[in-house]
Amino acid sequence: MAQPMTGRSLRDWLPKLVLSPTVAMMAIFVYGFIFFTTYLSFTDSRMLPSYEWVGFDNYATLFKLRTWDIAVNNLLIFGGLYIGICCLLGLTLAILLDQKIRAEGFIRTIYLYPMALSFIVTGVAWKWFLDPGIGLEAVVQGWGWESFEFDWIKDRDMAIYTVVIAAVWQTSGFVMATFLAGLRGIDGEMLKAAEVDGASTFALYRRIVIPQLRPAFLSAFVVLAHMAIKSYDLVVALTNGGPGTATEVPATFMYSYTFTRNQMGVGAASAEIMLLTIAAVIIPYLWSELREKK
Amino acid sequence: MATAPTSEAVTAGTGTPPPGGKTRASVNIPRIVLYVILGLFCIYYLLPLYVMLSNSLKPLNEITSGGMMALPSDWTLAAWRSAWSEAQVGVAATGLKPYFANSFFMVIPAVAIATLLGALNGYVLTKWRFRGDTILFGLILFGCFIPFQIVLIPMARALGFLNISGTVSGLIFVHVIYGVSFSTLYFRNYYAAFPTELVRAAQIDGAGFFTIFYRILLPNSGPIAVVCVIWLFTNIWNDFLFGASFSDFDSQPMTVALNNLVQSSTGVKEYNVHFAGAIMAALPTLFVYIVAGRFFVRGLMTGSVKG
Repeated sequence: MAQPMTGRSLRDWLPKLVLSPTVAMMAIFVYGFIFFTTYLSFTDSRMLPSYEWVGFDNYATLFKLRTWDIAVNNLLIFGGLYIGICCLLGLTLAILLDQKIRAEGFIRTIYLYPMALSFIVTGVAWKWFLDPGIGLEAVVQGWGWESFEFDWIKDRDMAIYTVVIAAVWQTSGFVMATFLAGLRGIDGEMLKAAEVDGASTFALYRRIVIPQLRPAFLSAFVVLAHMAIKSYDLVVALTNGGPGTATEVPATFMYSYTFTRNQMGVGAASAEIMLLTIAAVIIPYLWSELREKK
Repeated sequence: MATAPTSEAVTAGTGTPPPGGKTRASVNIPRIVLYVILGLFCIYYLLPLYVMLSNSLKPLNEITSGGMMALPSDWTLAAWRSAWSEAQVGVAATGLKPYFANSFFMVIPAVAIATLLGALNGYVLTKWRFRGDTILFGLILFGCFIPFQIVLIPMARALGFLNISGTVSGLIFVHVIYGVSFSTLYFRNYYAAFPTELVRAAQIDGAGFFTIFYRILLPNSGPIAVVCVIWLFTNIWNDFLFGASFSDFDSQPMTVALNNLVQSSTGVKEYNVHFAGAIMAALPTLFVYIVAGRFFVRGLMTGSVKG
């Protein structure tokens, strides 16, 4: 199917010329910059980049830092719960919405609108809603349930779960939409046949529908994992990494070490780890997607 | 693939309604439960919006006295006025107005340039294919997924080198670069389904590279252009990381200014002003979503790299 045209040289190089600004941009600002940051992670850069090679020192420092340890742990807790709850909630909502619901479009619009908001907006809304002084706790106590407590956002051990709550609120609608699209793509004849056979609704979903949603699961997983690792704005707006360092994640760690603590080498090393983690998820996925299409 | 079971078991009627016209669940109780559950989830998703809206319309003392969930008893636009033009944001008491403008000055050129480039790239990658184009596309696509932390340090230097650090132009530059990956993805997937025969026929008629693009591809690109513009608009408007890293006080986008407004530790915390500011920051993208929700959803779906 390639080469729609033969001959004339202008026609040969013009398309490539048109593509070249993008290729140059990618070469410099994506791959070149990745290379540069990787290089910095092996130098003793502090406030400004330095080119003094120090080998794996920054990585050794990084792994010994308690804050990094907290950040990685938080990412595991946050990422795991976030992906898990979003998928569960998304799948449930998609199945419920797939029952020939009246006003489905309207309900779908409501479920999905948080996705249009900035994480900063979401963070502000949930920050004050979860604030024990004025938010949920104060309100419920005001209603007469005096012993009601919900101060997770101020609690070192629980604060990371408030990030999960806000993040799930924002993205679960998107997962719902992904699964709903998957459900709509399932062959109706097959379902009818099984239905005629007397399969219960539950068996129908468990045996036939859910297994066919694998591609939807996969793309939801990839997007969510990617969002979890990159998540920066939400944490900044909701807890700003606090109380103390209780909700520090790699993205906030990288920023503060690079730009406020003047430990650029360590910051670069942490960015490197983030990149490798995402690449481990994305590259196999892109590879299989692009290969299938050939 | 699993084979469909044979249809002999039809006789074993277990109470499921017969096939045809109406399917299951013509009984009413489960139906009602279903609607109640769906309704509860609507409340869950709408609750933060309600909290923001109702609290932005009441005086501060109604919030601090435990009335966050109540409707305002004393309706007022004071918080909105303050958030828009009076509140202390960073060093200046300008309100969010100038930052709202910054965001528009940033987002409009960035979206326009990235979309145009993406359309051209998609055109080349599908209709002027060459050896290694799929690999090249994969390399461009990877740009959608990198954690931007990996480019922050060198980009700060590059913007300084180009003499645009701390300016809105600098932010436009950054957003175009990392937006092109997405726009290329959209247009490539869309043009891949566009009949190549039409392009061939036009070539035989002597039409050149750009003529074909303007006359044949572009007039048929409406839907994907809308999807792409909405996606980029939403993403760039909502960006915080680049805004926080590469802007000065007078070039901050809305998200950064909002965060400064809320996090500033001086004085009384004016929750009502914060909520009003949050809604202002949300309005443009929310508006786009409500007007063109269908395209927004399509963009999200393609954003998860489905063909």
